[in-house]
Amino acid sequence: MESKKDISPEEEVLNKKIKRRNFISFATFFVAGGAGYEAWKWLYQSPIEKAGITAGTHEPLRRALNKTELFFRNTFSSRHLVKTYPKEMAAKKPRVNSDIGIEDTGYDVSGWKLNIIKGKNDVQKITIEQIKALPKTEITYSFKCVEGWDQIQYWAGVKLIDFIEHFGLADETKMQYVGMETPDGKYYVGLDMPSALHPQTLLAYEMNSGPITADHGAPLRLIIPVKYGIKNLKRVGSISFSNTRPRDYWAEQGYDYYSGL
Amino acid sequence: MKALKEKHSVVMRWTHWINFPILMIMIWSGLLIYWASDTYEITLFGHTFFHFFPEWFYKKYNISHRLSEGMAFHFLFMWFFAVNGALYMSYTIISGSWRELVPQKNSFKEAWLVLLHDLHIRKMAPPQKKYNAAQRIAYTAIVIMGLGSLATGLAIYKPVQFYWLVWLCGGYHFARIIHFALTIGYVFFFLIHVVQVILAGWNNFRSVVSGFEIIDVPKNNASEETSAGKSEISN
Repeated sequence: MESKKDISPEEEVLNKKIKRRNFISFATFFVAGGAGYEAWKWLYQSPIEKAGITAGTHEPLRRALNKTELFFRNTFSSRHLVKTYPKEMAAKKPRVNSDIGIEDTGYDVSGWKLNIIKGKNDVQKITIEQIKALPKTEITYSFKCVEGWDQIQYWAGVKLIDFIEHFGLADETKMQYVGMETPDGKYYVGLDMPSALHPQTLLAYEMNSGPITADHGAPLRLIIPVKYGIKNLKRVGSISFSNTRPRDYWAEQGYDYYSGL
Repeated sequence: MKALKEKHSVVMRWTHWINFPILMIMIWSGLLIYWASDTYEITLFGHTFFHFFPEWFYKKYNISHRLSEGMAFHFLFMWFFAVNGALYMSYTIISGSWRELVPQKNSFKEAWLVLLHDLHIRKMAPPQKKYNAAQRIAYTAIVIMGLGSLATGLAIYKPVQFYWLVWLCGGYHFARIIHFALTIGYVFFFLIHVVQVILAGWNNFRSVVSGFEIIDVPKNNASEETSAGKSEISN
């Protein structure tokens, strides 16, 4: 047992100092900890955004996704090429992950035409023969799914930029976005113009040296290697241009609109 | 008698405690993402010993079908993780306190002696400054692991922009494996770290909150001679 008089003045000063510093430090620790917890609660319970072009994500998180998109788009070049592989490395059976928008198994491919929507009453119709007459571009690259898997796949078709030039759509590319939809309108994607005009973006009609199969989006699908698979629309029915974000299936389900790699 | 000795800088303490919840959120949101393609398992000679992760695990922590939510959280908190880590690293480098942190020539040998001492096999621990040999290795490793998580994360997140980083990481697949393995590493680090902190006691724990520890100084170092019973106070 120690009595108070046993403590030297020097020791007392030290004890006071320890007490004071402990108090300040631990008070700060618990206040900051509490504030951190409250901030987390605020974020976790923050309202889900009002459904529009994007939907399904907490408001602050959606703002962060959009800001992060801008950061990467403004900081880095959109011209980087995706790594390619020898054709032999391509999977014999490309993975099928979804059939949203192409569920109609009785779809009549022979009646298919691509609609280029330039204005309300200005729709250009293009046949698959017209598209196949354009220079063919092949690509073997690693197709990446937002789920986390990837697969080396071979695709061939016309570069979207070649297509645009051939069909006189240069003026339309001055706009900021391209929208694509399946014929039934059940699957749709929005693409920023730089990604759409990327030299490896294709409208593909061939896979593994054969025609594209129905479950991969016959007769024509989008292959856009700078984006996750969710943007690679199957069975393109229409293409449109706009300065605002076109509707996008997965952006309405809480995913990042940009989804760029 | 006792004396107050400064131990941890204010930057180290703040970044340490800020990192803790951020890393927890990163691990949790990472799990939400991993679930969507949970392909990793430990397989030896055709026998699968463990699948990351069993169904009960997903159920218990409500992991399933939350990919988009996981990505949204992950890609926000990655900024905090990176900035906080950069703050800590630049401070440690500029202030020179890295000298007390990074392993020295004899640290790898000495770490064994520390381990034997901690396991109560050896009586004496090797002499140390702020951190012992095992701590130097562990705390430097965890910083490198953090850098590794950022690098592999960036490689998976933007493989087209950071094609060179993907190449450095040994490809997209391997980058994802490292990213995952590092996370498992954090969990093990955390478990050992907490046990060690508990064993080290209050004086040590307090120093990471208030910055100082209380040490004994031999009486003859004391500047003033005072009343009897002083030596008893020291403990």
